[in-house]
Amino acid sequence: MDDVVRLRSAVCLLGRFPALAGVDLVVPKGETLLVRGANGAGKTTLLRALAGLVPVVGGEAQVLGCDLRRDRRAVRRRVGLLGHSAALYDDLTVADNLRFWSRAARSPTPDLAGAMARLGLDGRLAGVPAARLSAGQRRRSALAVLVARSPELWLLDEPHAGLDAAGRDVLDDLVRQVTAAGATVVLASHELDRAAALATRSVTVAGGRMVDDGACVSDIVEGPSQPEPVHVA
Amino acid sequence: MWRDALLVAGKDLRIEVRSRVATNQVAPFALLVLVLFAFALDPDRGVLTRAAAGLFWVAVLLSALLAVQRAQTVESAEGTGDALRLSGLDPAGIFLGKAGAVVVQLLALELLLGVGVVVLYGVDPSGWATLAATAVAATMGLAAAGTLYGALAAGSRVRETLLPLLLLPAVAPVLIAATRASEAALGTGGLDVASGDWLALLSVFAVVYVAFGVVAFGPLMEEQ
Repeated sequence: MDDVVRLRSAVCLLGRFPALAGVDLVVPKGETLLVRGANGAGKTTLLRALAGLVPVVGGEAQVLGCDLRRDRRAVRRRVGLLGHSAALYDDLTVADNLRFWSRAARSPTPDLAGAMARLGLDGRLAGVPAARLSAGQRRRSALAVLVARSPELWLLDEPHAGLDAAGRDVLDDLVRQVTAAGATVVLASHELDRAAALATRSVTVAGGRMVDDGACVSDIVEGPSQPEPVHVA
Repeated sequence: MWRDALLVAGKDLRIEVRSRVATNQVAPFALLVLVLFAFALDPDRGVLTRAAAGLFWVAVLLSALLAVQRAQTVESAEGTGDALRLSGLDPAGIFLGKAGAVVVQLLALELLLGVGVVVLYGVDPSGWATLAATAVAATMGLAAAGTLYGALAAGSRVRETLLPLLLLPAVAPVLIAATRASEAALGTGGLDVASGDWLALLSVFAVVYVAFGVVAFGPLMEEQ
């Protein structure tokens, strides 16, 4: 199986602070990887480094076959990052934003109407300026941009945040569909129940390092198995 | 690169049309500057006429600051700057697109200010070809330098106050050359220098800053 992500002792600095201090990570094609960790552990930096936004200054880093240490711009068009902010132009409508970002990414066959319909943004909402959208609608719009761009690697940072129950279901279906279609997903989340149900594997980041790899996802969903209680007659 | 430039310029202009910041804030501000100059120098209308070219270009320069500031602001809010980098657009194309959108806005503003100068300052318009060439060359230089310094200041927390400090000294040659070329066209200047020399200076300035921006904009975006 092809590896979409291959990090070996990867180091990223934010100023002089080592936000990633020697990360080892391999993500095969088609996997949905859950990245866990406390606030400030390095989850967001890891996703931004995989997107080619944060320079990797030490170790080895390859994403989709591109060497991030040599040319991190090369991978950008092939990845999609859903960050904390929606990356929408407030004065443009939802449809305008989708049109601009899909053209910018040179999406081969952008189905804008399909992307908006999939995220429940068709009809009246398509013509609403982004500034007038609710937080959840902005999140859906950001996801619709990803759908229209159709990246090979989806990087989702707290993807369930701000979404209502229906939006969360749509997101979960979307993740399952894109991975079934061959894309790879790396998601960082504090909502472990929801995210773990999507993931095929999880890793934990702490202090800019991986503290374990390949934790059993079922443990996260169901909690670690407890010994059977002993009844004394 | 050109395709990306057109895409970005179209997006920026659409944002300005929808937000109406240029029409409801920048243009009134520029007209207000012209009116305040008229108030200050009103007792002697001859001074206003003689100084019209300089006052016009000072008003354009101050308005250019607002336009450049605005062009950077839309890329610093809500993670759109990161998204632009992720989109894979050519940084040179982004620079040309953003500068091009500022050029279009400033040229429209200069047309409006030109009418204001004729009405308020009693200038008799002449030398249209020279005035138009001056406006195009000076505006390209202002927009290119402004977009470049705007990107340089964008990474700073004090970008709003830093930009004028960086930009105004850098574009002083544009102010001087555009004023002299306009004076030569209007016949109000004291210096006996042909407008062609000033136009050449403006063109060199514009070419240098466009070339510099095409090369430097990518690294500046990465630093933000």
